[in-house]
Amino acid sequence: MIEFTIISWIMALLVVAAALYAIETKDLMSAAIAAGVASLVVSIMFLILQAPDVAITEASIGAGLTMAIFVYAIGKTGRWEK
Amino acid sequence: MRKVAAAVIAALFFAMLMSTLYQLPSADYTEGGYNYRNPINGSYADENVPSHYIADTKDETGATNVVTAIVVEYRGFDTLGEVTVLFTAATGVAFLLRKMKVRSGKKKTEANLILREGSKLVLPFILLAGAYIFIHGHLTPGGGFPGGSVIASGFLLMMLAYPKFFMKERAVSVTESLAGITFASIGLLGLVFATSFLQNFLPFGHVGYLVSAGIIPLIYIAVGFKVGSELSSIIDVMKEVQK
Repeated sequence: MIEFTIISWIMALLVVAAALYAIETKDLMSAAIAAGVASLVVSIMFLILQAPDVAITEASIGAGLTMAIFVYAIGKTGRWEK
Repeated sequence: MRKVAAAVIAALFFAMLMSTLYQLPSADYTEGGYNYRNPINGSYADENVPSHYIADTKDETGATNVVTAIVVEYRGFDTLGEVTVLFTAATGVAFLLRKMKVRSGKKKTEANLILREGSKLVLPFILLAGAYIFIHGHLTPGGGFPGGSVIASGFLLMMLAYPKFFMKERAVSVTESLAGITFASIGLLGLVFATSFLQNFLPFGHVGYLVSAGIIPLIYIAVGFKVGSELSSIIDVMKEVQK
């Protein structure tokens, strides 16, 4: 049975905090990085919940490729939310 | 007013998601659920579906990774559909953005020395890790989709370090098409040599060895190449679009 240790709680809070920051901040580059951090922490949580297949995919797609697409889009438009 | 409406909708979704928490099956997977039905002779086993997968995957498919066995063997047709969805998405992105694409337009800033040299050093290892993930898909966690995305992230690193780096369109599309054709023709060979589309027609070999589990490694190698080339081509097209 999976035990919810204190590390899991810290990571869960970190995911929520990063997601809220990504919504609230006016700096789109910080928002993209915060979304990437949330994905990375979620992938560690998948690993703790014994789903390594999902963890690998989440780490490379969520934290890598999606963030790169966001960064390219910000580079083509503007960095600050109006 | 709009904020109140948004808060109400969010609260409704939250309540809906929380209410499903209590309907989740218990952590003891051997209880409840439906009994496994053998698709070939239609008989029912006296165990439920998850127990059957965990107990009998090794004997029925020769793979030690149950997730891979389900994705490629038991639900192989769904995987073909997933690959098709990704292919459609990549084609759509390329179709919409290709007209706006300008190569070597304005002068691009060079990345700094550490990123340039470091990425040259790391790229072979990223590609090796991606290849390992999809070649060993039937033995260890991972498979075609994670391996392909790891390979695409390696090419992404090259694009970040060298702004002039680009994928050869022709090579990418030939790789993608060959991988897709391989997947579909392995499925058709299953129809010829076994009873149904995408059924295993090769011997299982030694369970736990690299060359084992019949068609699973072949299909995952094809999927790995296909996903890798599709994701890299999406990033490549997005990078080149001008304002």
